[in-house]
Order: sequence, then structure tokens, then C-alpha cells
Amino acid sequence: MSEQKRSWFQRLKDGLKKSTSAISDGITGIFTKAKLDADTLDDLEDLLITSDLGVGVAAKLTEVLSKDRFDKEITGEEVKEILSSEIEKILTPVAKPLTPSPEHKPHVILMAGVNGAGKTTTIGKLAKKYKGEGKSVMLAAGDTFRAAAVEQLQVWGERTGVPVVTKEIGSDAAALAFEALDRAVREKVDVLLIDTAGRLQNREELMDELAKVVRVIGKKLDGAPHDTVIVLDATTGQNAVHQVEVFQKMAKITGIIMTKLDGSARGGVLVACAEKFGLPVHAIGVGESIEDLQPFDPKEFARTLVGAE
Amino acid sequence: MFDSLSDRLSGIFDGLTRRGALKESDVSAAMREVRVALLEADVALPVVKDFIKKVTEKAVGQEVLKSVTPGQQVVKIVNDELVGMLGSEASTINTAGVPPVAILMVGLQGSGKTTTTAKIAKRLTEKDKKKVLMASLDVRRPAAQEQLKVLGEQIGVKTLPIITGQMPVDIAKRAMDSAKLQGFDVVMLDTAGRLHVDQSLMAEVVAVRDTTQPLETLLVADSLTGQDAVNVAKEFDAQVGITGVALTRMDGDGRGGAALSMRAVTGKPIKLAGTGEKMDALEDFHPERVASRILGMGDVVSLVEKAAETIEQEDAEKMAKKMAKGEFDLDDLRTQLQQMSKLGGMKGVLNMLPGIGKMKSALNQSGVDDKVFKRQEAIICSMTKTERKKPQLINASRKKRIAAGAGVGVPEVNKLLKMHMQMAKMMKKMSKMGKGGRMPGLPGGMGGMLGGGGLPGGGLPPGFDKLLK
Repeated sequence: MSEQKRSWFQRLKDGLKKSTSAISDGITGIFTKAKLDADTLDDLEDLLITSDLGVGVAAKLTEVLSKDRFDKEITGEEVKEILSSEIEKILTPVAKPLTPSPEHKPHVILMAGVNGAGKTTTIGKLAKKYKGEGKSVMLAAGDTFRAAAVEQLQVWGERTGVPVVTKEIGSDAAALAFEALDRAVREKVDVLLIDTAGRLQNREELMDELAKVVRVIGKKLDGAPHDTVIVLDATTGQNAVHQVEVFQKMAKITGIIMTKLDGSARGGVLVACAEKFGLPVHAIGVGESIEDLQPFDPKEFARTLVGAE
Repeated sequence: MFDSLSDRLSGIFDGLTRRGALKESDVSAAMREVRVALLEADVALPVVKDFIKKVTEKAVGQEVLKSVTPGQQVVKIVNDELVGMLGSEASTINTAGVPPVAILMVGLQGSGKTTTTAKIAKRLTEKDKKKVLMASLDVRRPAAQEQLKVLGEQIGVKTLPIITGQMPVDIAKRAMDSAKLQGFDVVMLDTAGRLHVDQSLMAEVVAVRDTTQPLETLLVADSLTGQDAVNVAKEFDAQVGITGVALTRMDGDGRGGAALSMRAVTGKPIKLAGTGEKMDALEDFHPERVASRILGMGDVVSLVEKAAETIEQEDAEKMAKKMAKGEFDLDDLRTQLQQMSKLGGMKGVLNMLPGIGKMKSALNQSGVDDKVFKRQEAIICSMTKTERKKPQLINASRKKRIAAGAGVGVPEVNKLLKMHMQMAKMMKKMSKMGKGGRMPGLPGGMGGMLGGGGLPGGGLPPGFDKLLK
């Protein structure tokens, strides 16, 4: 962590490299044999599965390879190229930065997700980013459940020099969101970032509560929340698909941010999500520092995922 | 928690059980499905491969040929193998050392360390009567130390006073020293979340370990973790040396393959399961139960235990006697409804039962919820004693009164009466069939158990499916 500043690209690459060296080595290993046969395809499918792409997507990608390359000579590099371009094809339509519109006063962004995904940290990073762009930013500590969640966001407020609207623990999250929005409108803030408590998507009462927060915000300001973002932990496996599904249904999720891509988890489930839901992927988190939230680059993500140079 | 996997596997083995002798091709067909199911359940690939190999070896060959029903034999082999993978018996937190005993909590960011730390502290304090001190060594995440302090206040467990700017190893030292001085039995050390690939932070936690010599080093891991679970578990074990795993978010609807993966690669037991945000939502991890749930045999043990806790013995006996005679009045129906809600509502019960995964999703879609039971109970409560004993007395004007009393419409009263009649009929039939009586739609032994009185009055009443319509 004490390393000098690296470009975001380098950071992402370093982060993803840890995750991809295995898959890349694997691909190279498989294709020393050179001829593309059924066993090789099986092995390839397995490798894709180990990066959390999911059985479905993995099968589909291997299918593409087998279609016109079966029984032909092929090098490891070629395989990587084909795979990465296929993955890129899936990801490109969904890459879309989270850009607050100046027409909205304020532009309201609601953060949701399961416990421990990194919502609060992501908000802190976004606050810093928007502040740096010269926008006025306000934070709402909507996690009124977890102990010290409010304090956690307050620290981010201090770090970024941004006001934080709070209420005591145990108060109604929707009421807090309402108050914050009210204040943001009065103070003509550009961006309001609303945090929410982590919740598992199978907890109906909590999902209802989130739906209520969304409703209340919409009543107060037409068209708000303008963005409702689900934060996904890259470590999560196939359950992430279900998380997006339920959060989309209950809270009308409009986009995804994936965190913790600096570990050895490969975040391949993002490909499955992109394919299934077509929701915009706004950014990825590659570390704990404030500048570690990076734009989502589909080409880079795809290439690093399969270990193409 | 592991429904989807259990649904899937039970589907596969339904196919198997219906066949006669089991051939090698049958096994490999089933194993292909098992493989996909396990992978979709996020069990790590190497673990899946190993598992499939072992099971196939055991399933194909004499063991199977000798068996009466090959399908059952395979289920048994898969189950045994799963239990073996998950750890053959329950294992709990070890505090048997010279006090103060240190328990070190480690894991990735956001896996639930702080919450789990507090849950374990609460359990050790209340159940094991230990004097526990908690200390947060998390100097990285904003307000992490405050979080533990607040949780400590909530659960009535002391936390080490926070000194801003102190480094983790020094905090750990201070915690051990003050625990010694103040006569604490256990020191729970909550650490910052860290990546296993972050060498400097891993070195820090190793330093804490060397300073405090913990009796337990628990890896706190998210049960929703994907393929990376093997790397996380392997690395934490290799670098820090863990004594066990605490799996969090077991109340989620993840398929929980991480449990299998982590156990398989580290060989360390899964000691605890976090099942909710409340401070007492912490359970022992029972490999057999989880394995049988994975296999779609349902969490029978849990259900029986829970039923035993919930249902008064006398009530149960009375009910069993009545059921044996084929009597079933509205009071009995009410008792059933009440017991059902005590067992955690319809979903709670369904979760513990095998082979009703499909019914459950139908249930979710139809939007029927436990409020139905509440309303039905209210209807019965609006009846007079005599009406409850003799439902045939209930005429149109009585129905009106009952409906008004319960705040529902007459059709709902009719529906309940009809349901009761069907259930009573079924009960009578069953008492005639004696012990052989089985619930339709439930696999063998389980159905017999519920219907035949093995679980007196506590399980699903016969005709339960009528409730869903």
C-alpha cells in the first residue's frame, strides 16, 4: 500500500493480475497440446468456471470457440484473444460511467447491496470524485441499523469535506432520506449520495424497507433517485446474479459497481450479470484508498480476465 | 440456506430412485448433474472434481449392486461423502486454556468479523459464563472500533478503551495485559479486513498472532463467496494458521458451496454459522444437517429439535391420541396453526423439509404468506367453544358473526371450514390406515414420520397443501 502513485490502469492490472494469472497459466497449459478437442474444451470451460463466470456463460464461451476452431490447431494466445473479445462483446454495451446530470438539483444516487459489499466506502470515494469535479456534494447516512455505520460515513464526510445528514441509530431510513433530500434541495446541492443498510435479498421485510426508501425519494423529487446502484463484492459467487435480480425488482436498480477486485477474486460473475440484466456497470473498486474507484473499462476487464497481454 | 442445491440434487436422484438396478452409466449421468449443481452452488472446482471422483468410485461397483434400491444407495454415498467433506461432527469454540485466552478473528473486508466477534462474545458470556473482553484492532476502516464498542454496550460485554493512533500489535498487547490484570477469561481480538494477497497486512496479523498466542484463530468468511473461497481459506491458513471457520450470512439464499470448499482445502472445521443481524443469530455448524439439506433430505434433525422445544409435551400427546382416533376439530386446527407460526411460519417449516423446493417457489409466487395463518387463527378465535367442537353447527348467521369478529368476509370463513373438513376427513382415513399412513407428496420416511405421529402434531397437518390454494 505504501507504493508510489500508479496510474489507474496499472492498479487495475496489478489487481486483476493476481486474479488472472491462474486462468492465464491454465489456458496456456491447456493449449500446449495445440489441437482443440473435447477434453481441451472441457478443461477450458472449467477454467472459466473458476473465475466465477458461471456454468452457463462458460459453456457459451467455449461453444463459440468450438464452433469454428474444433479439431484445428490453435495457440494459447489465440484462445485468449477469442475469449476476451467475446467477453468484451458482452461487457461493452453495459460500460457507462456514473455521471450526475447538472439538470438535476440535486442528482440523487442511492447505494444498495448486501452487507459488507462496500457501499459506504464506495460512497466516500464517489464523494471525493464529484467534489474534485467542482460539484457540491451531500451525504445521507441511511444505514440507520448497523452500529457505527453513521460514524463511518461521517469520517468520510470529514475526509472529503462534505456535509453528512444523520439521524440516530434505529430511526426510519426512509425518513432520513426524505430529510436529506429536503435539505439538499434547499441548499441547491449538485449531488446527494444516500447510503443504505446492507440487506440480504431474501429478507423480504428489509427489501420492502428499501422499496419504501425509493418510493419516498421519488415522492419528494420527481425522477429521483436518478441512479440506484447495487454494490457487488467481487468475491461473491453466483449468488450475485440473484442479488441483482431481486434488488432490481424491489429497488429498481439502475446500475452496478463492483468492489474488491484487488484480491484474487476474479469477478467473473459480472459477465453473467451483464449478459442477464444488461444493467450499466459504472465503476470498479480496486483498493481501500480514496482514488481506488476506477471507471469500468470492458476491454481491459475482459483482457485481464482471461490473461491476454 | 442451501435450497437450490438441494432442489437440484433431489431432482437428479428422483430420476435415479425410479430405476431398478444402477448401472455405471446411471452413476455418471447423475454425477454430471451433481458436478454442475455443485459448481453452480459455488463449490470450488478442484473440490468438486475430487468429490465426484470419490463418489463415482464408491457408487459404481459391488456396493451398489448389492443394495436393494440403488438410488438410495447413491444418495447415501453422496451424503456420506458430503458429511465427510464438511467435517464429520460438530466442533465448538475452544476456550480451555490458561486465562486470558485469546481468540483472533481474521478475514477479508466485509466478511462480518466485527458482528461475529460480538456474537461469539455474547455467547461465551451468556452460555459459557466466561468473562470476555473485546478489542478492535481495526485501525483502518473508519469507525470500526466504535462499531465494536457500540456492540459491546448492546450485548453487555466489555471492550478495551480506544486509544486513537495506537497500532494493532500494541492494542493487542494492551488487551492481553489488561485482561490479565482484570481477570478476564477470554479476549476477543477483532482485526481489520485484509486481502490474503496483501503481504504487509498479512504480516501485521501474523505479528498479532505471535504476540497474543491465540487458542483459536477463526477465519470469518462469507457463505456467499464464489470460487475464490479456496484461495482465501488456503492463504489465510497457510499464512496465519487458522483453527476454524465462522461462516456468515448463512441466512442468505446462497447455495453455500463455500462451506464445502473451505472445509475441504483447509481441513479445518467450520465452527459457527451466522444466521442474521441480531446478536444471538449465531449457530453451531452441523455438517450432517447441512449435508442432508444439500441432498434434499431436509433438515430433519433441526425440525424435530425445534418441534420438541416448541410443542408442549402434553399437547402433543393429547393431539396424538385424538389423531389416532381420527378426531380433529377446529381447536386442533388452531393448535396446528399456532405451532406452525412458532416453528417460524410456513417458510421456516418448509425450509426444513425435503422435496418441497418446488412447492416453496410456487408459494413465493402465489404471494401466500404467514398472515393467512394469523387470519385463519382469528377466524377460529371468533367462534364459540361449541362451534369449535362441532363445526357442523355453524350456519349462515353464525358465519356472519364469525366473519365480523375476525374482520374477514364470509367466503374466508367458508374456506377455512372447508379446509378443516378436508383435513378431518384425511385424518380419519389416516387413523384407519394406521402406521402406514403417509403424507402424499413427501418422500418415504419423512411423510410417514409427519403423518404417523412420530412428530405429534408438530409437523405439517395432513391436507396442508389445501392451505396453499
